[in-house]
Amino acid sequence: MAYAVPKLTDYSADVLDKSAADLRAALKQEVLSVQSPDQWKTFRDRWLARKNGIVTQVNDLWLKSAPKGAKKLAGQTVNDLKKDVEEAAEGLRKSWETGQTIQVAYLGAEVPAAALEAYARDKVGPVDISLPGIQRPIGAEHPVMKTSREMCAVFQRLGYSIAEGPVIETDYYNFEALNFPPNHPARDTQDTVFIAGQQSKPQRERLLLRTHTSPVQIRTMEKMRPPIRIVIPGTVHRNDPPDASHSPMFHQIEGLAVDTNITFGDLKGTLDHAMKEFFGSSVKTSFRPSFFPFTEPSAELYISCFICGGSGKRGKDPCRPCKQTGWIEILGCGMVDPNVFEFVKDHGYNPKKVSGFAFGMGADRVALLKYGVDDIQLFFSGDVRFLRQWA
Amino acid sequence: MKLSPQWIRDFVDLPVDDGQLAEDLTAVGIAVEGISGSGADMVFEMEIGTNRPDAMNHYGVAREAAAIYDLPLKTLSAHQPSTESASGVAFPISVEEPQLCPRFSARAIRGTKIQPSPEKTAHRLQLLDQRPISNAVDATNYVLWEMGKPTHVFDLDLLEGGRLIIRHAKNGEKLKTLDGVDRTLSSEDLVVADAKRPVGLAGVMGGFDTMITDKTRNVLIESAWWDPLTVRKTARRHGIHTDASHRFERGADFESTILSCDLVAELILASGGGKLVGNVVDVASERLDQAPIILRVAEVHRILGGNLKTVEIFSILKKLGFGLIPEGQAGIEFEVHIPSWRLDVEREIDLIEEIARLHGYDKFENSLPSYAGAVVELPDSRTDATLRQRALALGYNETVSLSFISHEDAERFSTASVLELENPLSAEASVMRTTMVPGMLDMLAWNLNRDIDHARLFEMGRVYEMQRGERTEPERLCLAATASAVAAGVSLGSMPDARRRNSDSQSATEEFRAFKGDAENLLGVFSYDQLSFDRETPEYFHRGRSARALMDGVPVAYFGQIAEAVRISRKLRQDVYLAEFDLAQLHARGLRKVVYTPLAKYPAVERDFSFIFPDQVEFGTMQETVQSLRISELCEFQPVEIFRGGSVEPGKYSMLLRARLQSDQGTLRDEQISAWSRRIVDTLQKLGGVQRA
Ligand SMILES: [Zn+2]
Repeated sequence: MAYAVPKLTDYSADVLDKSAADLRAALKQEVLSVQSPDQWKTFRDRWLARKNGIVTQVNDLWLKSAPKGAKKLAGQTVNDLKKDVEEAAEGLRKSWETGQTIQVAYLGAEVPAAALEAYARDKVGPVDISLPGIQRPIGAEHPVMKTSREMCAVFQRLGYSIAEGPVIETDYYNFEALNFPPNHPARDTQDTVFIAGQQSKPQRERLLLRTHTSPVQIRTMEKMRPPIRIVIPGTVHRNDPPDASHSPMFHQIEGLAVDTNITFGDLKGTLDHAMKEFFGSSVKTSFRPSFFPFTEPSAELYISCFICGGSGKRGKDPCRPCKQTGWIEILGCGMVDPNVFEFVKDHGYNPKKVSGFAFGMGADRVALLKYGVDDIQLFFSGDVRFLRQWA
Repeated sequence: MKLSPQWIRDFVDLPVDDGQLAEDLTAVGIAVEGISGSGADMVFEMEIGTNRPDAMNHYGVAREAAAIYDLPLKTLSAHQPSTESASGVAFPISVEEPQLCPRFSARAIRGTKIQPSPEKTAHRLQLLDQRPISNAVDATNYVLWEMGKPTHVFDLDLLEGGRLIIRHAKNGEKLKTLDGVDRTLSSEDLVVADAKRPVGLAGVMGGFDTMITDKTRNVLIESAWWDPLTVRKTARRHGIHTDASHRFERGADFESTILSCDLVAELILASGGGKLVGNVVDVASERLDQAPIILRVAEVHRILGGNLKTVEIFSILKKLGFGLIPEGQAGIEFEVHIPSWRLDVEREIDLIEEIARLHGYDKFENSLPSYAGAVVELPDSRTDATLRQRALALGYNETVSLSFISHEDAERFSTASVLELENPLSAEASVMRTTMVPGMLDMLAWNLNRDIDHARLFEMGRVYEMQRGERTEPERLCLAATASAVAAGVSLGSMPDARRRNSDSQSATEEFRAFKGDAENLLGVFSYDQLSFDRETPEYFHRGRSARALMDGVPVAYFGQIAEAVRISRKLRQDVYLAEFDLAQLHARGLRKVVYTPLAKYPAVERDFSFIFPDQVEFGTMQETVQSLRISELCEFQPVEIFRGGSVEPGKYSMLLRARLQSDQGTLRDEQISAWSRRIVDTLQKLGGVQRA
């Protein structure tokens, strides 16, 4: 039923407030129902016509007939109402003029009264919502660090604790205790950067930059008795001149699990699970024999190429990341060599009683693959155009 | 390393094509990394682990293939060449170092002709990227690639004194090696010598002066077994790496010395003619001890899991040439005898790996082990994660820079004593970083040089120092931003093209404050009673626009604008700001513990004070004096507007200060507020301030 202005007999503040609220509710409802310029004219005439418009009626019925003592309050109420109605009408008109014909419909009946009033009172009019947002800068996580943290988190959820160790290592931890005897050809593959002035020391005490995070395996086993599960993120160095796929500094993520009954099947199952967690559940794994002095049996883990889905092709083109094989080498792993346990035997690692597995991967390499970055040097450039892509 | 599948097929009749062969070899760890060419000229690019010298040749790979497909491997043998005089001694050999040369076999050929190799030999070598030289030299190379045993050929007539001696070199003795390099030998080098001089570096490279030439008619073939460590040391000492040294270092087949001699002889005789002289010479002073290994089936299961049947274990090892006792296939343990070409197999675990490898890794069932241990966090991991989140939220991008810096930078940007590198990649990267500052400046310069004016970077990581003779790796956090980026932060919102305003005092102040705010936001993570600032900063900071932060009197950070001299020398195209945090100090403090403060019940009142101060009066002083009034209702005292110039005479500045007063006892009364205001005004006037109307 359409709103009609009631006559007042009681001019108390309570009644005036209540009557004003009723009127505003009606105003809101009618503003919302306006859908076209024609309807707007009808709305304007009904509310603002000099002759018998609702505002005029309010003036007559509530103010003119008010007893003397109530004039002041009634006057104020009527003035406020008049202003609201005029503003509502004006707001609506503006919206037609700017072509925003759907504006009112858009506000919808469920819009709270406060919002509607704010709209009706808005003299500024609409803004160009197609202008781009002004974004406060948010920093981006470094892709390699992000990769490393995400990979570590996968293992943390499997019960692994994070472990760390020094970058500047001794020959003992980097090589000897990992079953690289002095002068062993396997050391050749490590392209070690040495600290100067070490010649006078016994070989095992000589300092070098760790070539892998594996020394932390030994350091941790020296501190913690089995069972252990650790994952070791860290910086490593090799004497590799920088190019698109090499950097003298890079990052590894190493893992070690030792217990009384760890098997090769556990190694495979753990890494299969981790790869599915990290790269997606459709990824398949394959293990191929390899050689590392500190593990035996040793393996390289391949995952089915997550770029071409293992087909080796991208459309008609060959898939480059997997060299068209459908498989990508992701990490080295193996069962901990009993010779390694011999070095920490006194700490509870009797190779006859415990067994374990270890694995290690390059975080930079994984990041290159995951994000399709074609130059490892970009990781160390600090180039904001590059880094912002991870924001 | 390249191998020819066609050559491999000489020794085993394979039922599969080359592509399948490549896949199957790869699956057992004899990795074919690439395939090139086609048909008979197809070549495999191999990647063979350092522990498998036995598989670095065609016969060795054929042996693996035979095991994979369970096929017979053809015997490798030389046709017995005719001998001129079966009883004559071919050539006297005396081994003075039997431990380092436990076996030395030799054969002599007379009356042969040195000429190019026959087509088949030359072609096969060319397929492997080996340059054919002459029939005699190619014969040694061919045999090396065929069965893996390095041999050497001498021009017999150039060997003086008619004999060979295996001895240590004399210190300072000279030898010109086949590559034409004159080498000075050490007494640790083992050499093959004639009566007068060294004629070869044992297991590494032969001598130039006794090499085969067109004129050679009589040839001496050498096939020895050298101590791997000795070969390795000599090769490294002289910086030579040859196909021979590569194999000897890793261990050659002790039983193949005579066969390899015979194969080389056969090739030379077939291509150049001539006659063998006498029998093969074989000086074997000491047999190589390859003790049998006990293999327990239970141990195989303990390591590999699953339940490989004993019969499978038995058959895999048999196929690979291992001898097993008992011969039956149902024992719980075996005595395993190791073939002479498998020097890498020394322990039970080595056998277990062989079993797993041939069985196929992917055939083992995946399992997830249970775990009864605890999961622990690194002590500072939560702190570091909080700092990182804040830095990111403040708009700083995480970076990683290299750990190497130059000597010069280490000296300029730190006082720590450095760890120098023995074999640095370059002079600019010759020491471990003692500071992150040069790396940060380089990254800012990189961005500015590419017209990226707005750069905010941070790095968390280690620096490397010597402290009292011990190496340490203290952790640092470094923030850096170009002045444009800092200025953009002053006007909230930072439109992409916000330009830095003129570097007047006002904008310098605002920039500094914006950057200081970032530093404070990071410091605010930690627990402290009092945070204070002074001007004690290193020289590479701008004198007047940098500060040191102290927590309860202990220095924890430096921050501010970089000195102009540094900016110029680093070719930075605009001012940059930098902050260094000593994480070791901060970690020791721990994270700030949040304790709830009840919200105020009564309204706060703000009062503004407009003053003119002489330049030398700093806000810090005003704050201190006002705080010393001990008005407990004063909950905030802040600068609101700072202005210089205009009607303010030089040497002075106008300062609008705002005090916020609040009580938890009740609403403040006007008289109280006026009284406190008067005291604040009085004390500011005593500092030299003049209140403005
Ligand atoms: Zn692919």
